[in-house]
Amino acid sequence: MDLVTLAPRATPDERTAVDVVLGAPAGRWDGGERADPEGGHTSSGGHAARERRHLLLPVLHAIQARVGWISRPALEYACRRLSIPPADAYGVARFYGLFSTTPRPPIVAHVCDDVVCRLAGAEDVCADLERAVGPAGEPALGGEATWLRSPCLGRCERAPAALFTVAGTLPETIAAAPVDAAGIVRRLERTAAGRRLVPARIDPDPDEERLANVRRSVPQAGRPGLRILHRVGIINPLSLDDYVAAGGYRGLRRAIEVGREAVIAEVTASGLLGRGGAAFPTGRKWAAVAAQPGQPHYTVCNADESEPGTFKDRVLMEEDPYAIVEAMTIEGLATGSSRGFLYIRAEYPLSAARMAHALAIAREAGYLGTDILGSGQMFEIEIRRGAGAYVCGEETALFNSIEGKRGEPRNKPPFPVESGLFGRPTAVNNIETLVNIPGIVADGGAAFAALGTEGSRGPKLFCISGAVPHPGVYEVEFGASLGDLITLAGGVSGGHELRAVLLGGASGVFVGPEALDLQLTFEATRAAGATIGSGVVMVFDDRVDIVATLRRVAAFFRDESCGQCVPCRVGTVRQEELLARLANGRPNGSADDELALLADLGQAMRDASICGLGQTASSAIESAFRAGLVAFPRQAEARA
Amino acid sequence: MSSEIAHIFSEPPARSTRIPGPPPVPAPAEVELTIDGSLVSVPAGSTILDACRARSIEIPTLCFLENLTPVNACRVCVVEVAGARTLVPACSRRVESGMDVQTASERVRHSRRLVLELLASSVDLSTAPGVAEMLDAYGADPARFGPAAPPAPAGERDAHQPGHHHASDGASAATVAQPVTVDNDLYIRDYAKCILCYKCVEACGVDAQNTFAIAVAGRGFDAHISTEYATPLPASACVYCGNCIGVCPTGALMFRSEHEMRAAGTWDEAAQARTDTICPYCGVGCTLTLHVQEGTIVKVTSPLDASITEGHLCVKGRFGFTFMGRGGTTAGDGA
Repeated sequence: MDLVTLAPRATPDERTAVDVVLGAPAGRWDGGERADPEGGHTSSGGHAARERRHLLLPVLHAIQARVGWISRPALEYACRRLSIPPADAYGVARFYGLFSTTPRPPIVAHVCDDVVCRLAGAEDVCADLERAVGPAGEPALGGEATWLRSPCLGRCERAPAALFTVAGTLPETIAAAPVDAAGIVRRLERTAAGRRLVPARIDPDPDEERLANVRRSVPQAGRPGLRILHRVGIINPLSLDDYVAAGGYRGLRRAIEVGREAVIAEVTASGLLGRGGAAFPTGRKWAAVAAQPGQPHYTVCNADESEPGTFKDRVLMEEDPYAIVEAMTIEGLATGSSRGFLYIRAEYPLSAARMAHALAIAREAGYLGTDILGSGQMFEIEIRRGAGAYVCGEETALFNSIEGKRGEPRNKPPFPVESGLFGRPTAVNNIETLVNIPGIVADGGAAFAALGTEGSRGPKLFCISGAVPHPGVYEVEFGASLGDLITLAGGVSGGHELRAVLLGGASGVFVGPEALDLQLTFEATRAAGATIGSGVVMVFDDRVDIVATLRRVAAFFRDESCGQCVPCRVGTVRQEELLARLANGRPNGSADDELALLADLGQAMRDASICGLGQTASSAIESAFRAGLVAFPRQAEARA
Repeated sequence: MSSEIAHIFSEPPARSTRIPGPPPVPAPAEVELTIDGSLVSVPAGSTILDACRARSIEIPTLCFLENLTPVNACRVCVVEVAGARTLVPACSRRVESGMDVQTASERVRHSRRLVLELLASSVDLSTAPGVAEMLDAYGADPARFGPAAPPAPAGERDAHQPGHHHASDGASAATVAQPVTVDNDLYIRDYAKCILCYKCVEACGVDAQNTFAIAVAGRGFDAHISTEYATPLPASACVYCGNCIGVCPTGALMFRSEHEMRAAGTWDEAAQARTDTICPYCGVGCTLTLHVQEGTIVKVTSPLDASITEGHLCVKGRFGFTFMGRGGTTAGDGA
């Protein structure tokens, strides 16, 4: 057999990127020199080295950000430092959309072409970009830059959106919306010429402009009577004093005063149901984790808001970050955990920056750390970033991602309350769910439960986007109808008829104009065969190309399926092919054959997929047929 | 020092005459559940699959193997549990008291049929034992997704960036078809036959070999088994134990000898004798099953229930048989 020489070594840049995250190696086990050169044995240390596997994603992020792609020597160096087999780490790197294992220009514009941005002309933006700088993914501007299509970037209220990533020793990630092709090219050119993208945007807008700017995302900002959004646009999101002055940290103080059981009792009494899509009772979840024997327990906040059409968690993190810190702290104390992880999708750079800032300030002020507000109790929060994978919003996939693995969902049971992050009891909650917590603890669960309807207590955020004049995050008390919400956003855009609404995002359900009276509560939508999901209300007027929209949804699921289970991995492909035939007017056999195929695929994906992604991948598409928004042409039968 | 204590230092303690055995294992509690309408009692901790097999109720499996941790990825073993929103994988779901399981309901048969149709329409299952019978049993019609798309050139599928793909026109059904990877003398990797059951990754990893030469890379339909950066096996961590071949359910991983005989049309499984023997190389004593065709060893496996190997071997036991075919039966050949 041929002699195989060692691969080239990682460049100093690549090694630095890794070492900045991991620190200097302590010994042989984590890639350094033998700790004791006097013949000492390296018999211990393997476990400790392997226990740092959870740092794999931060390390891959660091390489990607500094070099622009992850080369084999760089990956192998990271593997040596973390004691991970290279094939394993390669599988992880190849799972996430924002990592590249092939050379890629340092400057990349990720242009959203998802459903809402399409309505706002994203396809035109892409076509213009192709003319101006060449095809997606091809090096342009002297090899310095390129552009790529991207799934929803969570800026639907200002669509179309783009995310710029610049690799280098001072890497930058900036999201921008609205964008046009000329603006994107200008940014790429300026950056390629060595300019910084924009000043670091952690700084808030000046006080006098803040409210007006925030209102572009939260049109209700500043109005009295808001319960979730009452600080948004009012306080300086960097200022802990502002937060405290606006009623912040009353919840945590009360939580420390009344103790764990009382906090869980209040949350249970509030009737708060999870806002991430599954609507599980938060109090029951916390009680289950608190009751688990053995330590440690973990607290995880799911800020991997990737459902197309959802952007409320982003707004909350950007404008009211301390509320999330406070809520997670209360959750940690209540569920007996001293360590929390906040998993933010990589497409939200400003959210991550604001949250990191809030964590640092809160820690300094004694709201986090080893002795919270002098209570002797301990809680610490760490931010982890996703890397471009919708499926990581599924809680068990999210755990795997934090653990440094591919974001493949786990089979349940066991449920996270028993065996979650690192196999330990874990309370995992969505951002919006958590933001309700400080108020519930401070003012009592009863006040919260008095709002809303029998089966849906409290206020709720909705993300209204598409064909309305004032898209944005809206807060209403549960009980508002779909029509009420569209009216809040200014009705259907001028002169056009309402054609359809997509409730709950890509994994949700299309309803027609006849559903305007539908009350958007968990119980009413469930009874109507619809869903609230994550609170998406995507409005389509009579100009929409429904088939093209459905094809984009199908493409999304095909792209975002983790690939683990057969019904989802292949079913999403077959579903997309079927919609292509619908668009081309060339069905396989009769229209009825195709409809039977769609129904068969849908049922198998719903019944037999491992996780919610596959289980809902056909939901919107099947509902569009059910609602009569689209049909296979009957005349095609003659041709077939 | 008192005399009562002093003897401890002068006399060794009395030796037990009996070698202590392991502490008695408490019999696991029994769990009662209903399977297809009849009450069944099985030990706690059993899976639904264990319970069904104990009752001779047939559950099809593809990604399950007795000597590996269940990954429940193929979903062909799903059963219906009363009260559960979705079907559950029998291979990994543990029985619970009072469970009401249906193994052949319309819903169950539907999902199994679709899983088989989806696999058969995208993967070459021609060398997968038992799959043709499964397709028949469930009335699967893989052709209804349209004609198969042409195979991809070597390496093309592996290069797909996660989260990006070229939309199909729907005229043909996408497949994983691609050329066979032949990069060493011992075994081939035909990923056109890969159903992504994860078994080879498990056998290469903690379930058997702890070599970690391969992993699942890519995402969604582009997910595939790969070494780091698709490095050829000779430059990878592979130690050629061949345990991945031993667990592969479709023949995607195959002895090179078998692959070449199949290509030449000389592979004849019906004419092969299987002989169990003990590996001659070291003192461990692994059971080998020699597959012999026309007096020549064409493949070596080990029984899954062999107490020493549990089906797994090392490179010598698995591949070190070619000397048998060279040089005849006497040592004097060529000497």
